[in-house]
Amino acid sequence: MAEQKKIQDAQKAWQETTLKKVTDRFPERKENFTTGSWNPAERVALPGDLSEEAYLSKLGFPGEFPFTRGVQPTMYRGRFWTMRQYAGFGTAEESNERYKYLLNQGQTGLSVAFDLPTQIGYDSDDSHSVGEVGKVGVAIDTLKDMELLFDGIPLDKVSTSMTINAPAAVLLAFYIAVGEKQGVSKEQLRGTIQNDILKEYIARGTYIFPPTPSIRLITNIFDYCATDVPKWNTISISGYHIREAGSTAAQEVAFTLADGIEYVRAALKAGLDVDTFAGRLSFFFNAHNDLFEEVAKYRAARRIWATVMKEQFNAKSEKSQMLRFHTQTGGSTLTAQQSDNNIVRVAIQTLAAVMGGTQSLHTNSRDEALALPTEESVRIALRTQQIVAHESGVANTVDPLAGSYYVEGLTDTIEEEAWKYLDKIEDQGGMVQAIEKGYVQKEIQDAAYRAQKEIESGEQVVVGVNKFTIDEGAPTGLLKVDPALREVQMKKLAEVKASRNQADVDRTLAVLKEGAKDVEVNLMPLIVDAARTYATLGEICNVLRDEFGEYKESIIL
Amino acid sequence: MAKTIRVLVGKPGLDGHDRGAKYVARALKDAGYEVIYTGIRQSPEAIAKTAVQEDVDFVGLSLLSGAHNELFPEVVKVLKAEGADDIIIFGGGVIPEDDIPGLNKAGVEAVFTPGTPIKDVVDFIEKNRERVEAK
Amino acid sequence: MNLAPKVLAGETRYIARALTWIENDRDGKEALIDELFPHCGHAVVWGITGPPGAGKSTLTDQLITRERRRGRRVGVIAVDPSSPFSGGAILGDRLRMQQHATDDGVFIRSMASRGHLGGVAGATGDAIKVLDAAGFDTIILETIGVGQTEIEVMELADVVLLVMVPGLGDEIQALKAGVMEIGDIFVVNKADRDGADKVASEIGYVLDMKYVENPSDRNPICLVSALRNEGIDEMMKVLDNYLLSMEASGCLSDKRRARIVSEIRRIAATKVEETVYQHLDFEGQIDAWVDDLFARKHSPYVLMHQMLDPLFKELESR
Repeated sequence: MAEQKKIQDAQKAWQETTLKKVTDRFPERKENFTTGSWNPAERVALPGDLSEEAYLSKLGFPGEFPFTRGVQPTMYRGRFWTMRQYAGFGTAEESNERYKYLLNQGQTGLSVAFDLPTQIGYDSDDSHSVGEVGKVGVAIDTLKDMELLFDGIPLDKVSTSMTINAPAAVLLAFYIAVGEKQGVSKEQLRGTIQNDILKEYIARGTYIFPPTPSIRLITNIFDYCATDVPKWNTISISGYHIREAGSTAAQEVAFTLADGIEYVRAALKAGLDVDTFAGRLSFFFNAHNDLFEEVAKYRAARRIWATVMKEQFNAKSEKSQMLRFHTQTGGSTLTAQQSDNNIVRVAIQTLAAVMGGTQSLHTNSRDEALALPTEESVRIALRTQQIVAHESGVANTVDPLAGSYYVEGLTDTIEEEAWKYLDKIEDQGGMVQAIEKGYVQKEIQDAAYRAQKEIESGEQVVVGVNKFTIDEGAPTGLLKVDPALREVQMKKLAEVKASRNQADVDRTLAVLKEGAKDVEVNLMPLIVDAARTYATLGEICNVLRDEFGEYKESIIL
Repeated sequence: MAKTIRVLVGKPGLDGHDRGAKYVARALKDAGYEVIYTGIRQSPEAIAKTAVQEDVDFVGLSLLSGAHNELFPEVVKVLKAEGADDIIIFGGGVIPEDDIPGLNKAGVEAVFTPGTPIKDVVDFIEKNRERVEAK
Repeated sequence: MNLAPKVLAGETRYIARALTWIENDRDGKEALIDELFPHCGHAVVWGITGPPGAGKSTLTDQLITRERRRGRRVGVIAVDPSSPFSGGAILGDRLRMQQHATDDGVFIRSMASRGHLGGVAGATGDAIKVLDAAGFDTIILETIGVGQTEIEVMELADVVLLVMVPGLGDEIQALKAGVMEIGDIFVVNKADRDGADKVASEIGYVLDMKYVENPSDRNPICLVSALRNEGIDEMMKVLDNYLLSMEASGCLSDKRRARIVSEIRRIAATKVEETVYQHLDFEGQIDAWVDDLFARKHSPYVLMHQMLDPLFKELESR
């Protein structure tokens, strides 16, 4: 404490002399400096609590509670993060080619983007699917498409992340069935399903069923995978889309962890032991441009989660306390104007994710504000990660920004803010109720509105959009998805339907229907059975729709 | 007194990215318009029929999934079939420059791409005020 | 253009346009209503009121589904507040009813209050007439939901559902403030939440006090979860029975007569006001009057008598 007092006195003296002399003559650029999420950015950050106790309890060492400095003791000195580019478009065959290309370019994991009908459990021939087949990802109707998607890619050699939520159980079942066909057992499969329905209600919109049956499906997956697919990450609790919807950094942390708390509770309620599933929980965050604030965000998130798991849920295993996360650079920070500038933004965001200790990373491509990325753009995005890994030197030491007065201060600020939100959500009876009330959505929308207003007024500068603009021609060389793709996909689907054994399909779907009625039944094995018979995604989801009903958006702005 | 202009902000298709649509809705309210907001995942038919019942002057469509070439013209088509071809349609979202002439031809009078300030949308509405004033 | 025949024929586009004319108080509005009025009186009007966040729109959505199942055509008017600053509004209630958007037997119209107090818009009464004349069997009027001041729904609706929820923290306050007088049927929504039973028993307690003499007249209380589609069928039965007994007791026609009374009064008052204001050149004079009163040259009564008495004398001498 004595040290602190001395520093404060010295600061005062400095303010009155050295600083004042300058500010009297040259005022600063603006009165208030803030981070991208409106946290105060001090002129000169000072050390906080300098005591040993504070260091040991708040930071500690990497690989140990509270994991502020990272979840592994050596971090990237052992192995770089997994470079995992999210990709997929058109048909399974086209996406398969892109995956093979990415693996050849040195990518170390696959990340599957599905088209919207697949994400919402509609087959390509459903009327809801008009215009959407193959647009934002690959169209998967049956096991057949999944076989084509991973053709020539041995599933025991890659780890595969699938951005799939409401029908996550079905796509995982397809994946398991592909493994069987390749002779790879369930126990060997490695990867992640997003499987995070709460943020769909909050921010992303690809929900199917109401919360209660949706959460049942999630806990069914936890339970099934704990024994049958032990290397699988059963959920990726996602703040990415919350941030994309316009939240602040602290809201991203708070709402994501609140979702996580809800899932842990549901699993405990379903009778699972915390340490059997908590180690398979993973997280997914955004990376925005405010470098230091983003690094602080990841550090704060790790510290809070460890505390919640240890103190609230009595998790004993360190694995259960660790917040492991994937990062994607911020899609909403990309500009359609002077789109090559996006390469620079992505580089800064990559630094943030890496210095924040991410386990895997997707870097966005420069042209994604305009269309799906071309092969060349994807390569530059991947190269950005490789340059940061191999040339920048930031991966040589663990948690390189620890001890920066500014970053430590921001870490504390974000942690404090996030705890406040977590308390408010508890007061409302938990995250499901806070979502049904619209509390979470409203907080995000208010932040989004504020940010947009600031951009429109010029208070926030976006280079190339509201400052440093130029007249530029229409961008060229964008990737186009063939509009006739739905026809192609429908034809394939009709062929599968004609060649499968319909009696097997009907039988397995009938069993699934019965199982859905009984909350004690784990639906996962039943869905795997149906998948093997080439029952379609839509057929499986419709059985569940009939039993569970559909969620309806209920929150106005 | 000037007529209170009514605008429907709708999201056809399946994408759930409603940040832009909600911003536009809120900003148009602040500009003094009555905004009908229908939420995400609406079929073109639902949007068009809503527009008719609400007797709006403008329909603004937002779409980020790339299905605009199929879905925007479909809204125009249903509006025409309902006898509501006096409703002015504009759109926004991730829409490549190349697609804009085709959309214009299909009856989407203005297309606002990412980074467009809200003022441009308000200017577009005000420029067309005369056309809707007499309703 | 004469909209009335097209409204009577049930043409959606023109029903919608008629509502616009009414909202904008456009020339031709009165003639339109005059032509529609003989065809009104067929529809039953349900009012849905209650605090913001009580789930009024979600309940309305469920009621539409039920009415459609028994083949009745439904018109909905959902009122949201206009911004006092910009005059704009976000009309989002129908978002929860969009599953009915493509059903030609359902017509949903969002209305901004446009400065009108009382929980509805100034045009709501005439809008109901349009939907009635257009042949909708049931008309659901969903109010803004700001609380105690929403008495206008009582005048406009045959029966009012007052929707309450646990957890808003103001239940007791609302009960005290006389909101209770508005409701015919009390609906406690979100019955799956903690505290719903408590809200229901509190309402029951207040009603017991009110009907201590004749407990059989006590208003019904229904527990539902609109979001989870629970208790709605039971509530519909209560509603049906309530309407039947209102009809049997003559209460319904009394209510409808009372509605006509207040409508006559309102129209008369508006017309008198308009005529008198015009006669006095009210807008032209008002600044001068204010100057006089501000300088204490007159009292407001003296001034107004000076202005109005000649007019009244003229009327008396007729």
